[in-house]
Amino acid sequence: MNKNYIITGLVIFALAVLSPFWFNIITTTQAAPEPELLGKAKAEKKCVLDKYDMRANHMSLLDDWRDSVVRDADRMYKSSNGHSFNMSLSTGENSCLGCHEDKAKFCDACHTYASVTPYCWDCHTNPKEIE
Amino acid sequence: MMKKSRRSFLKVAGVAAVGLGASPAMNFASSDISHPVKSKNEHGLSAHRWGMVIDTNKITDEVVEACVEACHKAHNVPDFNHEVDEEKYPKTRPVNHKQEIKWLWEEEFHNAFPDKEDEFLAEKYHDLPFLVTCNHCKNAPCVKACPTQATFKREDGIVLMDYHRCIGCRFCMAACPFGARSFNFRDPRPFIEKNDPAFPTRTKGVVEKCNLCAERLAKGEQPHCVEASEGAIVVGDLEDPESEVRALLNEHYSIRRKQSMGTEPSVYYVM
Repeated sequence: MNKNYIITGLVIFALAVLSPFWFNIITTTQAAPEPELLGKAKAEKKCVLDKYDMRANHMSLLDDWRDSVVRDADRMYKSSNGHSFNMSLSTGENSCLGCHEDKAKFCDACHTYASVTPYCWDCHTNPKEIE
Repeated sequence: MMKKSRRSFLKVAGVAAVGLGASPAMNFASSDISHPVKSKNEHGLSAHRWGMVIDTNKITDEVVEACVEACHKAHNVPDFNHEVDEEKYPKTRPVNHKQEIKWLWEEEFHNAFPDKEDEFLAEKYHDLPFLVTCNHCKNAPCVKACPTQATFKREDGIVLMDYHRCIGCRFCMAACPFGARSFNFRDPRPFIEKNDPAFPTRTKGVVEKCNLCAERLAKGEQPHCVEASEGAIVVGDLEDPESEVRALLNEHYSIRRKQSMGTEPSVYYVM
């Protein structure tokens, strides 16, 4: 007697529960942007850590670098792949931005997509942005 | 099945124990090669305790101006008299001129040395400009006051700040007897005439002060004020009896600011 109600209820329930899938079918999803490697970074191909480690852990690396520069005055970093880096975000040839020249296409591309707003640039300056 | 005697069991157990003990050492030895290494710059300057000697006989108004400008420009210290670029920074609040940010500035004798103002002090001292800055004290009260260790004393005696950690509580400003610290009540960027990308700016809500140009010493260069001072300011190692600063202190009578506070300032004034 209540069979019809139960089945309709179940169908509505299934539709509702699976709504994220329906939503994804009807809307187009944006693929995560790849950070673009330009100029020196493209030619170099070797960052401080390997690609996937860098993607996952660059924030901890920067944190570690900051402590050693500010507190211990150690400013050179010889990474395990043999390359030497100047432990700096934005100053000098051998810093992060010294190699990854375009902040907008490198840092911001992912950060904007992932909705993270690190406050690095409240203080640090991108040399390219200063005319 | 083989019958195990107690003797053979102990033998095997002994070998196994040695193996277990050796494995961490082996791991350490094998992984050691690929560990990243952090080091100082090759040409960086170092000291046991950095100090500054200011020869008050060589300080003129021009020298003061040159030093302050060199320091403030290079460290992106905002000047609230600077006219804001309305296009770049629209809706900037009007300036409260009671606020100022300074790393190095001019002071009169009776303000710089309130405990040394004698009744019949030589008249020339009343008009002489005195350059004052952070004293990088040996017993820095700001370091003790800081609840987050944003202000700390580096091994080489420089009292430094990690602006990332500063929460803007301003305990350090209350603790410093020299007024060497300034607070960013607002975003300093609109008031920086020309942003020098070689040094970060600060942000709203942090305290700032002289860093004895730690970033330049690390590159083997002298601080900005020393370069601009035409020989009136010398920076060197106070603990090294052979250093230029010690030679100067040995030859001349010098004073320090508010010595009675017991903070042991590292900035000396040759009189």
